[in-house]
Amino acid sequence: MKTVEYMKEAERSAAPEKDNLSFGKTVWREIHHDRTAYVSFLLLTTILVVTFVAPLFIDMVEVSRINLSQIYESPSWSHWLGTDKGGRDVFAQLVIGARNSITIGVAITLIAGALGLMVGLVAGYFGGVIDFVIMRVLDFLMVLPTLMFIIVFVVIVPEFNIWAFVGIMSVLLWFSKARLIRSKALAERELDYVNASKTVGTPHWKIMLFQVFPNLSSLVVVNMTLTLAGNIGIETGLTFLGFGLPESTPSLGTLISYAKNPDVMESKWWVWLPASMLILVVMLCINFLGQAVKRAADARQRVA
Amino acid sequence: MLTFIMRRMAIMIPQLLLLSLIIFVLAKAMPGDAVSGAIQGNPDVSAEQLEEIRGKMGLNDPWYTQYSRWLGDFVQGDMGMSYVHQQPVTTLLAGRLGNTFLLSLATLIVSYLIAIPLGIIAGRWHQSWADKLIVGYNYFSIATPLFVFALLVLFVFGFYFNWFPLGGSVDIQAEGGSWEYVVSKAHHLVLPTLSGALLATAGTIQYLRNDIIETKLKDFVKTARAKGIPERRVYTDHILRNSLLPIAAFLGYEITLLISGSIFIESIYSYPGLGQLFVQSISTRDFTVVSALVMISGAAVIVGTMLSDIILSIVDPRIRIE
Repeated sequence: MKTVEYMKEAERSAAPEKDNLSFGKTVWREIHHDRTAYVSFLLLTTILVVTFVAPLFIDMVEVSRINLSQIYESPSWSHWLGTDKGGRDVFAQLVIGARNSITIGVAITLIAGALGLMVGLVAGYFGGVIDFVIMRVLDFLMVLPTLMFIIVFVVIVPEFNIWAFVGIMSVLLWFSKARLIRSKALAERELDYVNASKTVGTPHWKIMLFQVFPNLSSLVVVNMTLTLAGNIGIETGLTFLGFGLPESTPSLGTLISYAKNPDVMESKWWVWLPASMLILVVMLCINFLGQAVKRAADARQRVA
Repeated sequence: MLTFIMRRMAIMIPQLLLLSLIIFVLAKAMPGDAVSGAIQGNPDVSAEQLEEIRGKMGLNDPWYTQYSRWLGDFVQGDMGMSYVHQQPVTTLLAGRLGNTFLLSLATLIVSYLIAIPLGIIAGRWHQSWADKLIVGYNYFSIATPLFVFALLVLFVFGFYFNWFPLGGSVDIQAEGGSWEYVVSKAHHLVLPTLSGALLATAGTIQYLRNDIIETKLKDFVKTARAKGIPERRVYTDHILRNSLLPIAAFLGYEITLLISGSIFIESIYSYPGLGQLFVQSISTRDFTVVSALVMISGAAVIVGTMLSDIILSIVDPRIRIE
């Protein structure tokens, strides 16, 4: 029994490329071995390529021009997904809306992630009084009715534009991330390498940024992938209610909000249904990929 | 035990005060004040008169005086006037609270009725096809945005099959108190409740499944089996007893979900509750109603979280750390 284990050990060290894979390669292997994740990956890549390449060939002026002679046309060869109440092509709006929604979702995830990471690292690394104060503030922020606050801010901000929207969302969506990072950083700070660095006299910010952070990075990546889907959902939902992206920047939520008109909902399915389905597919894909990334980050859960 | 409860309740007070302070500041930042609403549509009021009214209403007092007056009135149930509806906010809210409460309660009950059996099945027959199906449903309910799902449900069961009403909370013809009234009310509740409940199950299912999978490998379960206790009773008396209790505690945490959910659900099904009122008031810039609603929701979340923490500490003594 023992010998077998030793042999396995030897085998492992003899094949370093299998065990010392970078995080990116592990993720890739995990995706490759999970059929759902693999399909999600292919589907999402296709959607991304289409939504980011197609707008280069779409004439924005032509798309936003109101054409009263072709209101609510059903899908045809000239208009793949028909037209809306202004006679505008729905497919073009779908592509541009998807691009905007995804870009903004990513931006919010990155900014909120950075905020959460910073606060969480500081609280966890320093511990003690700093940690106590930050955690009490976080306890409070976590019980705020976030969605209501976002809507209120959207309405009272004097000059509302995309940047204001991204700012408001990011500022109100990092609390749980900070908490997660803090709990891991708290464990990390007890380890020898941190103490060693402190003894040598490395400044705190360097230890946090270049030593503790890399050890938390897989956790951050996992959390960000999973929240990306949620953030896209919140953005499109707010836009659907009328408190999200301004008219000038259509989102997937804009198309879906046309369904608030019962007539559109009942008999003009091509206006709102494709956008709804696209959101559903994108969110499912991101979630399945997120699960694969999560497994890759935790050696015990890996499939491959 | 008692110290924990007292301590937990003590935390709540500064939280509530801080919340009220933030909302007060936001309310001040919202365009328009009590005067501009009251003189709406009266162009004859001069600037001096306006100043005078303002002074009388105490709008020129220092902020802390205004804040304490606002908070005092609020606690006593005077939340100001709605300028759009021209009636006290308290009356306005009272008329809608019942509807939202009913919807939230129905959503909670239905979601537990779905989640608890599914969680138990998935945990007990871990890795079976039923488990895989349930896990698939869980992925779906985590990923799907509530408003998309609610719209699809409304489209399929309301518009396409025409089985359920498209909006509102009760038939206009139904008389209050009659049997038809109750039936119509229930009929209107079905779609909003289902669309909310089907997506609210994820947390409970995931918790139950993981907990049962973990518990069933523990020594006390092996002992129970070794003693010859039938498998069925191993589950009901030994495993579920441990796993089900914390679910009662999660109730308070669900309030946050229910509040944000009601905003979408009530707007989509034009259900006359607090969530719909919030969206309407924001759109018509009726800010006294908005700040009252945010304050009430915030307080509900704070109290709910506290209750959850306390119940959880009773159920699971390990949490009672000092």
